[in-house]
Amino acid sequence: MRVTQGCFSFLPDLTDEQISRQVQYCLGKGWAVNIEFTDDPHPRNNFWEMWGLPMFDLHDAAGVLMELNECRKVYGDRYIRMSAFDSSHGWESVRLSFIVNRPKQEPGFRLDRHEANGRNIRYTTKSYAVDRPEGMRYGDK
Amino acid sequence: MNSPVSPSAVPQDADQTPPLERVDLRREFNDVGIGEVLDQLDRELIGLKPVKTRIREIASLLLIERIRKRMNLTSEVPTLHMSFTGNPGTGKTTVALRIASILHKLGFIRRGQVVSVTRDELVGQYIGHTAPKTKEILKKAMGGVLFIDEAYYLHRPDNERDYGQEAIEILLQVMESQRENLVVILAGYGDRMEKFFASNPGFRSRIAHHIDFPDYSDDELLAIAALMLHDMNYRFSPDARQAFIRYISLRKAQPLFSNARSIRNALDRMRLRQANRLVADLDRVLTASDIMSLEATDVLASRVFLSSPGG
Repeated sequence: MRVTQGCFSFLPDLTDEQISRQVQYCLGKGWAVNIEFTDDPHPRNNFWEMWGLPMFDLHDAAGVLMELNECRKVYGDRYIRMSAFDSSHGWESVRLSFIVNRPKQEPGFRLDRHEANGRNIRYTTKSYAVDRPEGMRYGDK
Repeated sequence: MNSPVSPSAVPQDADQTPPLERVDLRREFNDVGIGEVLDQLDRELIGLKPVKTRIREIASLLLIERIRKRMNLTSEVPTLHMSFTGNPGTGKTTVALRIASILHKLGFIRRGQVVSVTRDELVGQYIGHTAPKTKEILKKAMGGVLFIDEAYYLHRPDNERDYGQEAIEILLQVMESQRENLVVILAGYGDRMEKFFASNPGFRSRIAHHIDFPDYSDDELLAIAALMLHDMNYRFSPDARQAFIRYISLRKAQPLFSNARSIRNALDRMRLRQANRLVADLDRVLTASDIMSLEATDVLASRVFLSSPGG
C-alpha cells in the first residue's frame, strides 16, 4: 500500500529533475530545506530523523540534490522526505513537505480492533513494517 | 533523459526538433550580451593583458560550446575550474567576480553568485568538523562560483594531521563530480601556489585554466589611481598628479608594495590630509572644485618622500 503523506504523494514519484525544480522553488522563497528519513511510516509519526542540518542560505538546488543522493546511498530502503522551513516571523514552521524516496515494498497497515468497556470498539492502525526491529524493516526479507 | 550523442553521430530521429544547420555568430554574440561584459572588463580593469586575453578565449569557447550544443554536437562540459596566481593587489578577486557574471550570462552557471572563502571557512577545528563544514560551503556555492582565496593555506606540509587535507579531498571529489554545477577558482600568490600544486597534483590536473596576474607598470598604476579618484568624485590638480607619479615610483621601490591596494590606501590617506587641510582654515569659503581636488601638498606630505634622498 502506497503511503500518501505530504505534497504530491498521489502523483507518480517525482524524478530528480522535478525534485530539483520544487527545491529551487523553496530556495527562491527563502525557505531552508531539510532532508529527513524514517522507516516508521505511521501517519502520526512526526519525528523523522534528520539527514544533516537544515540547509540555510543555499542558492541552487544542486546542493540539496547532492545531499539527497548521499542520503539515498545510506538509507535508500527507507522513506526520505524533503521539508521546507519558513523562518519568517509569523510562520516559523514547515511550509512544504514531500516524499522523495520510498522502500521498494510497502506492506501497508492493518487495523486493530480493541474491545473496550461496554463493547465499545477502539481502532488502531499499525504498519506491518514496524513488526520488525528498526533498521531491518524494509531490507531484503 | 536524452542520451549523449557522440560528435560524429548523425542527428537522431526526425521527431526531435531538427538541429541547427547554420548560425549567425554575431547575433548569438549579441544575444548573450557577452560583448558588453567584456567591454566593461576592458574599461574598468586597467592593464592585465594576459588575463583579459584568457577571459576572451574562455568566453569564446563557451559561446561556441553553446552553439555546438544546439547543433547536437554534444561534447563534455568544459572544465571551468581556474587558478589565479599573482602578487597582492593585482585584481584576482575583482576578476573572479567578473568571471562569475560572464559564466552566468553564457548559461554555464545557473545563479552567478560568488561565495568567497578562505581556509577558516572550510577547515574545522576538531575531528569530524571539517567534512560538514566544507560540504556546507560547497552547497552554498552550488550553481555559482566558489572562490578560495589564499588556497595554499589549505595544505600545511609541516603538520600531516592537519584537517586541511580532508577539505582538499572533499573539494577534489566535488570538483570532479559536480562539474556542471560548480566552478571553483583558487587564488593566491604565485610561488606559494606553485608549492601547493606540487604537493597536491590532483588539483593541478583538475584545473584547466591557470591564469597569472602580472604586476602593474607605473603608468597603469597612475591610470588606476585616476579611475579610483574618478569613482570617489575626486581629482588630482596638475601638480598633485606630477607628485603622485613620483610617489608611485618611490613607493614601488619600498617593501610590502601591493599594487592597486597600496594605491587605494595612499589615496585614502591623501583624502584625509586634504580634509585636514581644508578644515584648518575655517574662514575660507569653499567651492565644489576645492573640495574635489587633491593638491600637491596632500601628496607630498607622505612618509614615502621622507625616506627618499631627493624628496
